[in-house]
Amino acid sequence: MATGTEPQPVSGGVRTGTRAAIDAPHLRTDRWWLAPAATAAGLLAFVVYSTWRAFADADYYAAPYVSPFYSPCLAERCEPMRAGPNWEIFGGWWGISPAIIILIFPLGFRLTCYYYRKAYYRGFWASPPACAVAEPHKKYTGETRFPLILQNIHRYFFYAAILVAGILTYDTVLAFRDEHYAWGHMGLGTLVFLVNIVLIWAYTLSCHSCRHIVGGKLRHFSKHPVRYRMWQWVGKLNARHMQLAWASLLSVALADFYVYLVASGVFDDPRFF
Amino acid sequence: MSSYEARFKVWRGDAQGGDLEDFKVEVNDGEVVLDIIHRLQATQAPDLAVRWNCKAGKCGSCSAEINGRPRLMCMTRMSVFERDETITVTPLRAFPVVRDLVTDVGFNYQKAREIPSFVPPEGLGPGDYRMFQEDVDRPQEFRKCIECFLCQDTCHVVRDHEENKQAFAGPRFLMRVAELDMHPLDAAEETGLDRGRTAQDEHGLGYCNITKCCTEVCPEGIRITDNALIPLKERAVDRKYDPLVWLGNKIRRRS
Repeated sequence: MATGTEPQPVSGGVRTGTRAAIDAPHLRTDRWWLAPAATAAGLLAFVVYSTWRAFADADYYAAPYVSPFYSPCLAERCEPMRAGPNWEIFGGWWGISPAIIILIFPLGFRLTCYYYRKAYYRGFWASPPACAVAEPHKKYTGETRFPLILQNIHRYFFYAAILVAGILTYDTVLAFRDEHYAWGHMGLGTLVFLVNIVLIWAYTLSCHSCRHIVGGKLRHFSKHPVRYRMWQWVGKLNARHMQLAWASLLSVALADFYVYLVASGVFDDPRFF
Repeated sequence: MSSYEARFKVWRGDAQGGDLEDFKVEVNDGEVVLDIIHRLQATQAPDLAVRWNCKAGKCGSCSAEINGRPRLMCMTRMSVFERDETITVTPLRAFPVVRDLVTDVGFNYQKAREIPSFVPPEGLGPGDYRMFQEDVDRPQEFRKCIECFLCQDTCHVVRDHEENKQAFAGPRFLMRVAELDMHPLDAAEETGLDRGRTAQDEHGLGYCNITKCCTEVCPEGIRITDNALIPLKERAVDRKYDPLVWLGNKIRRRS
């Protein structure tokens, strides 16, 4: 029974009373700051670029290519794309860039992703900046409270990400047309879209939530051989989740930038056939 | 065989205070940091306290921080350092110091005791257990743990916040919960013990922000974060945050 006289936990970190008396917050001699700094710089560059493109509301369609930032396009103000991902669910009242509607899903998926969490907790929040390097915060409650407890909704964003990846696959199929919508053609943009969609699927399926859903939650793999095989396959991809996270982030930005260049008339899409 | 003289800084002291002390000491080809600490004991500091046992990376005794990184002294080769580099050796900085390189790791034994042990299945005696290899692969990875407590030492949840030690079991013991929860014959659930739920409610799983330092320092190469902590978090989501799973379980129970 609590009597109210129990000793209260002492707060503090590596310089707390009973620990070895060392003033330095860390004694690492390697370039421990390089990885979090590079991560923060990379993520920041993507945030700046994607914010500009998401709010630009222009140069996102050059037949037959539609930017992955604007697909599916769910407002009336979207550029008409023949057989393309135009669904005017939001009608005419939506007054700003239609990219904002759809980007919330991939953004949520990546924001709650187990890899990106590590990346931004280290890179932006210094919690911790690197292993055995003291963090600057006085208090720490991790993901036990609002808002960070919301990280637990990752699997819902995973379900949404599957749908978005499906639509981007459809866009890639549409990229096998020429600018007059005739089928059986291929340009440099088609190749860019193909690489992008492969990386998007690989990143999405390598997700830790996916690994859990397909088989990780089971206790007896021996009773579920198909799910066991799927779990093993996703596990192999999952081991490369960080690399796939970066590769797909880069490829989606490149695919968008390619469409921007073609749509704004900087150059014509080189056609292979 | 070539040898050279290396510069070392070794923390000497106890709970009342201490400091880094400078040493110059001979190093020979093929030696590890623990060899050098032993040479210091033999030639310059006979009262230097250090905990060690197997010298083979299997007992988990000689954990320390070398140039600020939690490592086993017996598994850290001198050849990974530049010859003109000063090598700093300190005790683990997450635990109370006893003397010199020896710390009081009792926190870990306390946490170990808080985790209910394996619950034997009803009707099966010792020797009657039969399991498929694919069912025990996952718990077996966690059984490689040598209890060096480097993961506990590096985890910022307790390293940087002493006050969290009450609520947070640390990666090693959350991994123990995962090991039992994934064990094909553990009958805890039949006795009303939901290990996935206790991981979050009683052992502080929510404090983990999966920054993977435990995995980085593990000398056994156990993928603690990917294979134990994240699956545990997903199991907690199953129980507490996924209404679809909750509904599915309700329907299944009713039918």
